[in-house]
Amino acid sequence: MSSPLTTDSPATPAKTSSPARNAPRLRGPRRHTPGKPRRSLLLTVLTSLVVLYTVVPLIWLAINATKTQAGLADSNGLWFSSDFALWDNIRDTFTYDDGVFTRWLLNTLLYVVLGAGGATFLAILGGYALAKFDFPGKRGIFAVVIGAVAVPGTALAVPTFLMFSKMGLTDTPWAVIIPSLVSPFGLYLMWVFASEAIPTELLEAARIDGAGEARTFFTVALPLLAPGIVTVLLFTTVATWNNYFLPLIMLKDSDWYPLTLGLSVWNSQAETIGGDVIFNLVITGSLLTILPLIAAFLLLQKYWQSGLAAGSVKE
Amino acid sequence: MRRKTSRLLRGIALLSTLALGATACGGSDDGSDQKAVSASDIQAALKKGGSVTVWAWEPTLKTVAADFEKKYPKVKINLVSERSGDKHYTALSNAISAEKGVPDVAQVEYFAVSQYSLTKGLTDLAPYGADKLASKYTPGPWNAVSEGKAVYGLPMDSGPMALFYNKTVFDKYKVAVPTTWDEYVDAARKLHKADPKVYIANDAGDAGFTTSMLWQAGSRPYKVDGTTVKIDFSDAGAKKYTDTWQKLIDEKLLAPINGWTDDWYKGLGDGTIATLATGAWMPANFVTGVPGAKGDWRAAPMPAWTKGDKASAENGGSSLALPALGKNKELAYAFVEYANSGAGVQTRVKQGAFPATTAELQSTEFQSTKFDYFGGQEANKIFADSAANVADDWSYLPFQQYANSIFNDTVGKAYVSGTKLADGLKAWQDASVKYGEEQGFTVEK
Amino acid sequence: MTTLQPPAAAEPRPAPPPARRDRRSWTGWGFIGPFVAVFALVFLAPIAYSIYLSLFRDQLIGGTTFVGVDNYTQALKDDQFWAALGRVSLFLAVQVPIMLGIALLVALVLDSGRLYGKSFFRITIFLPYAVPAVVATLMWGFMYGTKYGLVGDINEAFGVSLPDPLSPDLVLASIGNIVTWEFVGYNMLIFYSALRVIPHSLYEAAEIDGAGQIRVITAIKLPAIRGALVIATIFSIIGSFQLFNEPNILRPLARNAITTDYTPNYYTYSLSFNGQQHNYSATVAIIMGVITMVIAYVVQLRGMRKGA
Repeated sequence: MSSPLTTDSPATPAKTSSPARNAPRLRGPRRHTPGKPRRSLLLTVLTSLVVLYTVVPLIWLAINATKTQAGLADSNGLWFSSDFALWDNIRDTFTYDDGVFTRWLLNTLLYVVLGAGGATFLAILGGYALAKFDFPGKRGIFAVVIGAVAVPGTALAVPTFLMFSKMGLTDTPWAVIIPSLVSPFGLYLMWVFASEAIPTELLEAARIDGAGEARTFFTVALPLLAPGIVTVLLFTTVATWNNYFLPLIMLKDSDWYPLTLGLSVWNSQAETIGGDVIFNLVITGSLLTILPLIAAFLLLQKYWQSGLAAGSVKE
Repeated sequence: MRRKTSRLLRGIALLSTLALGATACGGSDDGSDQKAVSASDIQAALKKGGSVTVWAWEPTLKTVAADFEKKYPKVKINLVSERSGDKHYTALSNAISAEKGVPDVAQVEYFAVSQYSLTKGLTDLAPYGADKLASKYTPGPWNAVSEGKAVYGLPMDSGPMALFYNKTVFDKYKVAVPTTWDEYVDAARKLHKADPKVYIANDAGDAGFTTSMLWQAGSRPYKVDGTTVKIDFSDAGAKKYTDTWQKLIDEKLLAPINGWTDDWYKGLGDGTIATLATGAWMPANFVTGVPGAKGDWRAAPMPAWTKGDKASAENGGSSLALPALGKNKELAYAFVEYANSGAGVQTRVKQGAFPATTAELQSTEFQSTKFDYFGGQEANKIFADSAANVADDWSYLPFQQYANSIFNDTVGKAYVSGTKLADGLKAWQDASVKYGEEQGFTVEK
Repeated sequence: MTTLQPPAAAEPRPAPPPARRDRRSWTGWGFIGPFVAVFALVFLAPIAYSIYLSLFRDQLIGGTTFVGVDNYTQALKDDQFWAALGRVSLFLAVQVPIMLGIALLVALVLDSGRLYGKSFFRITIFLPYAVPAVVATLMWGFMYGTKYGLVGDINEAFGVSLPDPLSPDLVLASIGNIVTWEFVGYNMLIFYSALRVIPHSLYEAAEIDGAGQIRVITAIKLPAIRGALVIATIFSIIGSFQLFNEPNILRPLARNAITTDYTPNYYTYSLSFNGQQHNYSATVAIIMGVITMVIAYVVQLRGMRKGA
């Protein structure tokens, strides 16, 4: 709920103030100040402190994923226990309760493909419209989006639940996917990005050639938006992958749980009379949950950073 | 506000009002004017078959559901296993509000039964023959599910209290296992003095534990008569409890560890937490949660408030109930009866559940069960004895779930600041009274 | 709902290139329509419904009655609500500057090109953003443990006794630390990306003038990324006012310190989920929404105008 991803504000869709500065040049690699800057050991060390701060909890997670339930209780959190059980834990995570973890993983993938994919698509369409068209109500749209985002979501959960229940959507994947389809931040990014990356002249040229609006969008605009799309896709993917509160309200049947919800159920088994205490699998499961996201970041970071750069706010 | 937008909003508000209607809490199915359902009606329904949706987190129900389906092949039990506690009641209340997706059977903890029965959320099971089962159950649980002639659920398990203690720690420091609460305070001092890392118990403020302790001490803070309630934490029993517990808090003899957390399991495992006064369901959690301390722990009767007194109390435990808006009630009842009164009880006891039925509690087989975890101790004897000595005149508030949720906002102050426990309870009382009045209860002062 | 406008209107800028690029027609709706439709369903309808709910009172005994604006007058006099708002305001005043300050410094250092292994730092500092709040809080909960956690280990190793991070006095700071950890990299990347698109020519001009590093930062870099700074600040304000996940997940470890009315958003959650007071909960949420909007709007106006 407190993720800035769900929040946004209208910002200047950067107007191309000097026509000479066109989008492709901005996205291209920029050489820094002439003459290579000297590398500084001091700055490197200082920045390393920030890195230490960010990775220590992750190291804790990785170390503790190697312990059994008994090992977790007996050993120091920041060092290994005598038994190295990582492989056993991974195997148990995937086989516990008839392999339900795999099911949750597949559910999460489904939500990401449809939810984050759909959110990205809607954001592209919407951003393109805001950037390249003038239409009745245009100015009000973003103001309303921001106003709505400012209302705390926890209080909206029950009204949303009641509505979805009337529509027969609760306890189905749609209850998770449909709310995921809205990404105000994604809309904002695509708006800024489309204003810059698509020269209006190209669109006009396509229209003069007789292409319809849909065709113009898919053949001319979409390819130019590719780096921005990767950016928005990554942000919506993180949001969907980590989505917790809404599925918690909407889903009853554990067959439709995403990973976050499934892990919290495993965690709460320890709070249940007669429940099987499996902190070790909760920790290993958490590690396995974040690994795909980290891998995606590393693989896509080249595209994604160029996209973010062009999408960021400039004056 | 821009005029255009607000008009639009009003339009949407109107639409959603029309679409959703008023969302009154609770169903309209009263249940009291039901006709009796005979055993043959139920048999006929079982023959005809159908499906029953069950919301419960009790792990042993899995096997029971499978057995039941084997016995009645036409019945499908759709067991939705899920999270315990607040989230469960949130989902149940939401479904009842929406009047859609309400389960046919729901696990309801004893403290929450009256909340749902009062708002007509549960089916009275007496017409199904549940009223004739009264004598099968121990007094505490039965009292919690019944109200006059009405029966709102069948007890699934129970939590007569016992004192679990780490024998290795007590032996090491040559401290005697306390039999009264005064001895308990002494033992706490001795243990902590012998090793500053050792605490007699962990307690960082827990509503369920505190109410159970008050129950054992003879306090009856909640008096409920329909929609009239009285809340008073100043009776003699409450004073006994707060006087004793205040000593433990003031002398910092309680480990500030919250129950059910990772730290708690660690503390139980490494001897930091020397005793645990809780329900008889605890052994199963010891086995999976604290595997490393196998052989260290034993069970003992609860310490008494006056030497020789055997009064006990219940801590935890739940029933299976039929939400009023559920379907296939004959089948649902048949399943509940099977699980909590019939053959299912044996199945569940074998898997470590602690029963609420006298027959099981008194059976030789049950009482002579040796617990490997407790060094071969026949601990069930102690638990059964405790169950028989639970005073059955305790009642919870019809909004206990809310009251428990604000326990730490009020009483919790006593654990982390100079506030006295008795004052904390008073603050809890005031906040509960306020809520009760807001919700339309008649609150007697 | 609001008079918020894209700040472009407030900017003393030349008007956008004339009508040629715009086609004032309903064609645009064909593209934005799907987004608006889903948005109306998952945001506007529940908000409208909440406004409707806020005019009623539902009791366990007695059912639903229309009460007009009674809930609003009650909320404005509600000490619990104002205490919660005060708490997140304090949080906002302390945590947000620290988080954005670190993020900005790291972004400037990365951008200066004076770092060994730049891409390693960039990705590592960003990593926590990928960690679900549930998992992040689980990890920090361990770190904070005075018995078995990192704090406990430090106490033991050095013979000191650090104060309990989960005690009532410190728990707000501890929550601030978790939030900082989660979002410092995210903000750093927003700043860093904005720095990277500063036109090359500006640096060349500065070089000719003989400006030093610090001067380049204050005279060129910071003004150039003001837009990104304002956006990040507004995100952070909304995030602070809606603080919920971290205290909620941390609460099992600190029940006495984190009360059920700890933040406004937690308060609405408790009202709705523990107390079944959906009507009052909706009222508090709407008041919070209005307050958040007003503040975000003011920050944006001031931030965008100043010296632009």
